[in-house]
Amino acid sequence: MTAAISNRLDRSWPEQGHARVPYWVYTDPEVYRLEQERIFAGPSWSFVALACEIPNPGDFKRTDIGDRPVVVVRDDTGAITVVANRCAHRGVQFCQKDHGNTREFMCPYHQWTYDLRGNLIGVPFRRGVNKQGGMPEDFDPASHALQRLQVAERHGAIFASFDPAAPPFEQYLGASMLGYYDRVFDGRELRLLGYSRQRIPGNWKLMFENIKDPYHASLLHVFLVTFGLFRADQPSEVRMDETGRHSVLVSSRGEQKLNETTGAMKSFRQDFKLSDPRLLNPVKEFAGDATVVMQTLWPNLIIQQQSNTLAMRQMVTRGPAAFDLNWTFFGYADDSAEMTERRLRQANLMGPAGLVSIDDGEIMEFSQAGVTPYDDESGLLEMGGRDTEGVPHMVTEAAIRAFYKHYRLVMGI
Amino acid sequence: MPDIRSEIDALFVDYCAAIDDMELERWPELFCEDGLYKIISRENFDRGLPLATMLCESRRMMADRVVTMRQTQLYAPRHLRHIVGNIRVGDHGGGGEIAVRSNFLVLQTLLDRPTEIFSTGRYLDKLVRQDGRLMFSERICVFDTVIIPNSLIFPL
Ligand SMILES: [Fe+2]
Repeated sequence: MTAAISNRLDRSWPEQGHARVPYWVYTDPEVYRLEQERIFAGPSWSFVALACEIPNPGDFKRTDIGDRPVVVVRDDTGAITVVANRCAHRGVQFCQKDHGNTREFMCPYHQWTYDLRGNLIGVPFRRGVNKQGGMPEDFDPASHALQRLQVAERHGAIFASFDPAAPPFEQYLGASMLGYYDRVFDGRELRLLGYSRQRIPGNWKLMFENIKDPYHASLLHVFLVTFGLFRADQPSEVRMDETGRHSVLVSSRGEQKLNETTGAMKSFRQDFKLSDPRLLNPVKEFAGDATVVMQTLWPNLIIQQQSNTLAMRQMVTRGPAAFDLNWTFFGYADDSAEMTERRLRQANLMGPAGLVSIDDGEIMEFSQAGVTPYDDESGLLEMGGRDTEGVPHMVTEAAIRAFYKHYRLVMGI
Repeated sequence: MPDIRSEIDALFVDYCAAIDDMELERWPELFCEDGLYKIISRENFDRGLPLATMLCESRRMMADRVVTMRQTQLYAPRHLRHIVGNIRVGDHGGGGEIAVRSNFLVLQTLLDRPTEIFSTGRYLDKLVRQDGRLMFSERICVFDTVIIPNSLIFPL
């Protein structure tokens, strides 16, 4: 099996293993196609929605898993169904609205109609017209439902899988990652604050590499560094699940003062002060010392908690050289008006215009531009060693190595 | 008394020039002290979702934004070109505020590629006269281009 796939790709990974990333993984259309099949349509759980986006019966949301469009809908019993946005008749993408409320889904082409669980409930002219035409006698609507995905919901976030072989969600996260997940999703009702969307002209894996890379945060992000929001001299750690596919970067806020470490950072600006400090006025809201927890969940999600700004960053692949980053910002239903205001102000840090995240979007574009012409070259991942173990500091690329260890296993390359 | 339309026109021309000519420090000066500047997607605006893509709640917050654009943020060099039209002047509200709506088109040119349409949408403005000068007490930029081509660095 592995050999057959390797032959199909006609590629071989550098002999240094997960301490190298060959540049063809970012550009090869065949790699991309295989990723869709094995990763996004494989036995993984992809984030699709927050439950608070579709609170009422009939509420639906359109989104994508990898590059496959899906619809997430709540039925009369309150249960969530996720279906492929593809009519069972001739493949038309029947849902064209991003969100809404409906009693049923009707494909506009031949008006095939489905209930909110994806069952086919209407085929016009099924018995023909004037005893002519119509579907064959043995046509069974029950065997022509919309393609239904597996659904998992935990504490207000909804995940879906194309593959019935996906393990139970809790098992998929593993005990340690589930602990970080439950830190933000503690069972309280969530409140949707809004969306931001951007198309980043880079391969989707660059996004995971970026969030699994605490090494860059202390150097690239002048804003973060200067205001002590994330910096190498602060207590921090990098942790992975047993497979290496999920990870967290954890850190605690520090002060804006000069010391041995900040002195070594060209990006540290001791004299930079905000003239309107309301932008950065974080309050402690979670147990423990951490003020930043960035969690990456294979294969399409980053759960962002930076100070009081909370967001799901969902990746939707758009070919090897681009992906959409869909940000869903949220708070809790019981937030005070003051807390909501604080979250909305701190949202200035993140998103396509984020005081911090702009740097990352641009870097991913530069990365894609840099690697594209060089199939035979590879990136180097040796900061913090060559292993894939978690560490209690930031000066490491271990989480990226762990990601590629798992990636190679799933892809068979 | 100068014609209000030509005064509004002059303010808008000045706004575009401050950004397009990279005289960004002049941009906050076009707002009053407690002025509001908000960039929000049409998606959030239409659904009543409060999240903004960029939110500045005072002239000083705008000035802070300018400092980050100049000093802390990393981005590829680019030129923007703002085109504004279809200016509709509404009623004078209480406190002498004038409501104005207009359409914008922002073109972006990076050094190594052809010009692209970066964003289009509408401005929802409230203008006030202070010290004999017309300025923004509020500019809300509602953009139709919901999927932003990578980064939004400068004001729309
Ligand atoms: Fe970053």
